[in-house]
Amino acid sequence: MIEIENVYKSFGALQVLKGINLTVPNGEVLTVIGGSGSGKSTLLTCINGLEKIDSGRILVDGTDVHAKSTDLNKLRQKLGIVFQQFNAFPHLTVLENVTLAPRKVLGQSKEQAREMAVKQLSHVGLGDKLDVYPSRLSGGQQQRMAIARALAMSPDYMLFDEVTSALDPQLVGEVLDTLRLLASEGMTMICVTHEMKFAREVSDRVAFFDKGVMAEIAPPAQLFDAPQTESLKTFLAATH
Amino acid sequence: MFDTALSAADLWFLTKGAGMTILVTAVSVVFGTVLGIVFGVFRYQLGAIWAAPVTFVLDVSRSIPLLIQLVLANAFLGTVLRLQMSGFTVACMVLTLYTAAYCAEIVRGGIDAVPLNTRRAARSLGMTWAQDMRYIVMPLATRVALPSWIGLALGVMKDSALVYVVQVVELMKSTQILITRLQEPLFLLLICGLFYFVISFPLARFGGYLEKRWSND
Repeated sequence: MIEIENVYKSFGALQVLKGINLTVPNGEVLTVIGGSGSGKSTLLTCINGLEKIDSGRILVDGTDVHAKSTDLNKLRQKLGIVFQQFNAFPHLTVLENVTLAPRKVLGQSKEQAREMAVKQLSHVGLGDKLDVYPSRLSGGQQQRMAIARALAMSPDYMLFDEVTSALDPQLVGEVLDTLRLLASEGMTMICVTHEMKFAREVSDRVAFFDKGVMAEIAPPAQLFDAPQTESLKTFLAATH
Repeated sequence: MFDTALSAADLWFLTKGAGMTILVTAVSVVFGTVLGIVFGVFRYQLGAIWAAPVTFVLDVSRSIPLLIQLVLANAFLGTVLRLQMSGFTVACMVLTLYTAAYCAEIVRGGIDAVPLNTRRAARSLGMTWAQDMRYIVMPLATRVALPSWIGLALGVMKDSALVYVVQVVELMKSTQILITRLQEPLFLLLICGLFYFVISFPLARFGGYLEKRWSND
């Protein structure tokens, strides 16, 4: 379970999160929508401790992410994150990209890591690209590799930060299919996305962020069909 | 031109000089690179203000002509500190610091060139700072830094001609000694240049080979 309690975060004078409260139980698929600059991506990087927070608390399975005593490297092993940019390790093959962290962080043997990597890469449809360098892959394939790389650490939670935003339109579908597959397998997921159709379809709940505040949160049917706030009505009108 | 007084013994003398050039260069480049990596990472991690003392020393080493540094270091170590040091040791120390000064900048530039997002991806997989440096930053920074580093190594090799001022007889000094005796400056300089080329060429080619090997990923 991920518990976010009254989290504030600023970059200099710019306040990006203004008191976020949110609990994500295990098995839930939560999507976060909202305009750019609404703080939704920042929330994800705060959850895995890549960004510090100013005040409040974020608990992952009861562990305070930002406490001094927390071993972030250990905590991140159960929080997979995939970014908008694919962030492939360009000097490593697809297989090496996926096996690096399991080998060095989890201490798996080469064979063990390879077995897991092949499984995850096949899972995302890249089973035939093991020895290719990322530069030979399309954007969609690189992004699926990044997903497999995160999954190879056997995380309990997956955070997706606008993972289709940098993709050509015709490649968005293959990545969303991968996310749908994960959702159907019961992975706990927080997806920041601009894909409204996807959000409606896979989410248990959808949260709408507006100017650093979580303006609304509800099951998709309710949120999309009966928006309560003016800002969400405006946002939905603009995206449809 | 080919009617020369150069004997086989003289050629051997030049070869020994070349050997000294290689030795001074190798020692300085190896230690200078190690130090340069340490200083470069140090400067990158600490930022401009905290690294200022190191930066100052490196700047001094980069701005003062090597010839002056050699003479002053030799005088300081020998006359002031009264250390019994061979010219070879002094030459290697000065050239090592000189290499480190340039190498630190090359290393810092290489680390800077690794996209922050790539490093965040590594850290988000649970890698420690050291693992990120070792498995992500080092290989990627090396690719960026290699051409400059090869240039630096070749530069140090040629600059090592100056260590004659601390009584080290390397290739250039050997050539001068022969010129004084044989009075055939152009021919001897040609031979000397050929020696330098033979030393440099493999290093330059090795750099080219690595760049080519890495270009497909």
